Amino acid sequence: MKELKLMKGNEAIAHAAIRCGVDGYFGYPITPQSEIMETLMEEQPWLDTGMVVLQAESETASINMVYGGAGCGKKVMTSSSSPGVSLMQEGLSYMAGAELPCVVVNVVRGGPGLGTIQPAQSDYFQSVKGGGHGDYKLITLAPASVQEMADFVDLAFELSFKYRNPAMILSDGVIGQMMEKVELQPFKPRMTEEEIVAKYGDWATTGRTSNRKRNVITSVSLDSEYMEEHNHKLQAKYKACEEDEVRYEEIMCEDADYILVAYGSSARICQKAVEIAREQGIKAGLLRPITLFPFPTKQLQKLAQSAKAMLSVEMSAGQMVEDVKLSVNGAIPVEHYGRIGGIIPSPGEVVDALKSNFIQG
Amino acid sequence: MDIKDIIKDENVIYKKSAVLTDNEMHYCPGCTHGVVHKLIAEVIEELGIQDTTIGIAPVGCAVFAYDYLEIDWQEAAHGRAPALATAVKRLMPEKMVFSYQGDGDLAAIGTAETIHACNRGENIVMVFINNGIYGMTGGQMAPTTLQGMKASTCPFGREPQQDGFPLKITEILATLPGTSFVTRQSCHTAASVRKTKKALIKAFKNQQAGKGTSLVEVVATCSSGWKQSPTKSNDWMVENMFPFYPLGDLKDE
Repeated sequence: MKELKLMKGNEAIAHAAIRCGVDGYFGYPITPQSEIMETLMEEQPWLDTGMVVLQAESETASINMVYGGAGCGKKVMTSSSSPGVSLMQEGLSYMAGAELPCVVVNVVRGGPGLGTIQPAQSDYFQSVKGGGHGDYKLITLAPASVQEMADFVDLAFELSFKYRNPAMILSDGVIGQMMEKVELQPFKPRMTEEEIVAKYGDWATTGRTSNRKRNVITSVSLDSEYMEEHNHKLQAKYKACEEDEVRYEEIMCEDADYILVAYGSSARICQKAVEIAREQGIKAGLLRPITLFPFPTKQLQKLAQSAKAMLSVEMSAGQMVEDVKLSVNGAIPVEHYGRIGGIIPSPGEVVDALKSNFIQG
Repeated sequence: MDIKDIIKDENVIYKKSAVLTDNEMHYCPGCTHGVVHKLIAEVIEELGIQDTTIGIAPVGCAVFAYDYLEIDWQEAAHGRAPALATAVKRLMPEKMVFSYQGDGDLAAIGTAETIHACNRGENIVMVFINNGIYGMTGGQMAPTTLQGMKASTCPFGREPQQDGFPLKITEILATLPGTSFVTRQSCHTAASVRKTKKALIKAFKNQQAGKGTSLVEVVATCSSGWKQSPTKSNDWMVENMFPFYPLGDLKDE
């Protein structure tokens, strides 16, 4: 049964995880996302669904527990915030190499270093360009509401299993901490080993039964010919992902002269900025990427044919703007506006930036 | 008489375990890994747990351990095997799970994962091969390298002021309430090989009984890393390693 609740984005992640039949959560506390594990521990899902919840000794251990669980074909996840996610990059690279599905939630805070506990979007590069060593990508979803925090858990698992690749829910301190109403999906039972094999194939390490050879989860090979082939296979998956999985939302883009490009909490701010701009007679629109990898390149190219300019609005020093520029490829001017270090821009500031970049003088 | 007439079931008194694959091992002459692999294969066969056992391979010389035992395997990042084993066992408590790690993996880069898996009393078996050197990368100093012992990153011998002291991690792990069976064995004689096998059987049986973490350390030789012949390596191990890493059970509850 669906349920309507008022809760924080972080709490919504936890409830959604239990409801969509997640097998295991492994995490380590860090602000501003500790409510995820706290909620899970309070809910005690092991009593109802059998879901395992474990507080690990570090983010390094968490992501490697996720590797172990994923290798068994289980739906496993972790969550953290920026410094912790940096520690997970080794594990994510190994998982991409070993073709393991999992979901990692990053409730981003300002950096670099220990940085600040206030919200930021400065982990864009780390999320969409791979993050760890080697040629790989993370499927990256950017929720802009508490509802999407809940909905994207299931979606991220679906995509990560479809492509056998880690998926990231790239949130931020605003979306994680703010309270909104959320409609929780009905409970889905956890999958049995037989169901996993039937749906996703017989690759997991569940014990070598006599009707098959041993399954090995690994990312290593000393045969460079094999390794090149393996890398081509990974790249083909990412290409397929770019063809089939792009998700975005457009707000008042049809007649827009100026397109704001923003994801997550910045998109919420830009939604208001579009309203203010329109009141002032400026035809603004918003393109909100929902998937950051794969990026809505084609849609931006299309919009660049009718719009005069684009402004990438991010709580970073300018990261996504590089992908916007690559997409538009010089067809129209593209600029960046952002606040950094944990400061959240106001809609008015965004409108001012739009004017100063493209309209005045 | 043809060889085929001799190789008959009724004549067999010893044979390769069916859990061992036919792959040729990549280990150097005199290396202990092959013997321990064989023992684990025999234990898995004798306990009838081939279909339910999941091995976690390390980074180090045993990185390709999964080529040699016909069971499901996961290959971990360096030092992270106990974290993988933790999740595998917790998500599938009915399966048998063991990690197989060297000294660099278990006692240097993976110290946190090792101690915390043991401290949580994860119901797993950890097999720890201690040869006091990094074999795969070419003979660098390990956490368990003895004082005065030469390695490529302590070419004049390990000197505590510069390099720190050799780490007796097994002794540390034995103090943790989560461990139930902690033992140190070797494989340099037929008798010691049999003792190591017994220890492995006990460790796996402890897991079946839900007793928590069992750690079987095997003090091992690395002829290539130690730059000695296999026989000299065995003698050197007895003379130098055993006094600092004495054999026997440290804990059996």
